[in-house]
Amino acid sequence: MESSSWPSGFDERRQDIHDRSYPEQSTSIRRPGRQAHELIGDPHLVPGWWPATSNLEKLTNSTSSSGTASSLTNAESPPDLALSIAVEARGLRKEFDGLVAVDSIDFQVLKGECFGFLGPNGAGKTTTMKMIYCASPRTSGRLLVEALDVDTFPRETKAKIGVSPQEENLDPDFTVFHNLIAYSRYFDIPRRVAEARAEKLLDFVALKEKRDVVITELSGGMKKRLILARALLSEPKIVILDEPTTGLDPQARHLIWDRLEELRRQGVTIILTTQYMEEAARLCDRLIVMDKGKIIEQGTPQSLVEKHVAQRVLEIPAEPEVIIELEKLGSALFDEIGGRLHIYTNQPETILADLQKRHAILRSVIRDATLEDVFFRLTGRELRD
Amino acid sequence: MRNRDVYMQTYKSNFLPPLLDPILFLLALGFALGKFVQLGGYGSYAAFITPAIIATAVMNVSIFECMFGSFVRMYYQKTFDAIIATPLSVEDVIAGEILWGATKGLLYAGIMFAVVLLMQSILGISLVTSPLSVLVVPFSFLAGLLLSAIGMCFTARTQQIDGFNFPMFLFITPMFLFTGTFFPLNALPWQVQDLSLAIFPLTHVVLITRELMSGALAVDAVWSILWIIPVTIFFWILSINLMKKRLIV
Ligand SMILES: Nc1ncnc2c1ncn2[C@@H]1O[C@H](COP(=O)(O)OP(=O)(O)O)[C@@H](O)[C@H]1O
Ligand SMILES: [Mg+2]
Repeated sequence: MESSSWPSGFDERRQDIHDRSYPEQSTSIRRPGRQAHELIGDPHLVPGWWPATSNLEKLTNSTSSSGTASSLTNAESPPDLALSIAVEARGLRKEFDGLVAVDSIDFQVLKGECFGFLGPNGAGKTTTMKMIYCASPRTSGRLLVEALDVDTFPRETKAKIGVSPQEENLDPDFTVFHNLIAYSRYFDIPRRVAEARAEKLLDFVALKEKRDVVITELSGGMKKRLILARALLSEPKIVILDEPTTGLDPQARHLIWDRLEELRRQGVTIILTTQYMEEAARLCDRLIVMDKGKIIEQGTPQSLVEKHVAQRVLEIPAEPEVIIELEKLGSALFDEIGGRLHIYTNQPETILADLQKRHAILRSVIRDATLEDVFFRLTGRELRD
Repeated sequence: MRNRDVYMQTYKSNFLPPLLDPILFLLALGFALGKFVQLGGYGSYAAFITPAIIATAVMNVSIFECMFGSFVRMYYQKTFDAIIATPLSVEDVIAGEILWGATKGLLYAGIMFAVVLLMQSILGISLVTSPLSVLVVPFSFLAGLLLSAIGMCFTARTQQIDGFNFPMFLFITPMFLFTGTFFPLNALPWQVQDLSLAIFPLTHVVLITRELMSGALAVDAVWSILWIIPVTIFFWILSINLMKKRLIV
């Protein structure tokens, strides 16, 4: 199994995953209030919640003891690895009447990690998600969820996955609470269990006061939170979230991020698509950048920033003479974005001082590089719809 | 498979208004128009159209539930998309919808049958004569399955809700009029009679309902049952296949 495609930096993240396999520990440090276990954690779920814990533990232990630089996957025998993989795709391809929406991609999502799909509109993220939760059959390739082929075992696959779709599809005829109860029936969850879970989940997503309100009276943020609660009703091992915060205000977005981190701490595998770099950087252990159906980059958020842009960014107005000079110089990487030059460099002060000798530079900004810079580097700047 | 009854509880019911409609029909057509109409061999006109009123009501409620009702849930509310992301499949969802359409037909028939009995005893006229007529209620479930499955096929192929105008005018309205509902089928030229028996499910539903209510069960009822069952199965399977094509892309 290849793993060389993952840049370094990946291994440090593995250590994180290892830590998270002890949810009690990390939760108590971070969150004194911890509703975590009451939430998804019916008591029996907490240690056993993550069946492959021991495997991944083995994996991570061996990795960390043999030195951080060594590759995780090379070191392990395939059966162990197979047990620690939540979703695996090989040559996964989807065509719509000749249009290639997903162009033969490979990826592996490990159990317990938060895995991101980042990319502009039309990149193929939603299509990939739909193939994983059996809402869209693939054109070709291999796609396994916990080692079972999704098209051969759709019921089993869907029983393991909680889905928060990009398009809101709550039932407008029901109240908040009843939406959860109606949904629980599709999973054959007994009524009393479903009611108890629904109450806890409404608490978890801070919708307790809205329990008996009809859906049409909810704000966008509340709907997204309710959809998250709905996705968790079946206590899935894997949660798929297609743009969970698109269109939300910052408060609503932070609440969702907070809840997702809580879930990750409990060992739930999270697969997330987003157009927001900040979101990917904050939540994802590893991510894939997609564009036009292809994977154009992958790694940890940190490693991508290191690889594609320097540590810092100097932003100045895009003046033609400055551009010519930078191009002649050839040493500094830069992009022109919305009338501004973004210069990626580890010595922004030096470059700024140097440029200022020959040009009048107003409104310069020096900041740390982010995943957003990587995104612009990789996917270009033209507008997408 | 397991969760079909789930949908039935799930999908809400608001049926009182449409129930009044057939009752008014019976009063207006049966008693007012009936004063002017004499049918040889069928007893009173009211007794003639009572089964037809029940049968057309079952048709309307079942087929519309699986046309407009299902279309709204599928297209506007994305309910089907939500359900097929759970362990349930398209087959389950469509089966649930069709069963629900038929259940609504059954409920309508049951309530209307009770109303007819009530009117019979209050007004002292003879509408229902045979004890066999109780079978109309369970039979309406089968009729409901047939019409719901047909409605579901229209839904699967309709792009916008206005698209239902075609089946409405080309199929449902002629079926309402030319299937032995308000006048005997044999008042029509024989070509039309044959056509009606061949393509309109309601012809068979009305025939069976009428024979059950009058107690004059004849061999043509058997033929009608033999028509209804395979056609129901055919449209059920067709609707699932069309829906799969539409929902799973
Ligand atoms: N049902 C469909 N029929 C035809 N083309 C589709 C369909 N769904 C998506 N596409 C196309 O596939 C490409 C990828 O879309 P999508 O997966 O939704 O991208 P993303 O979620 O990354 O914005 C787009 O070009 C889109 O137009
Ligand atoms: Mg999308």
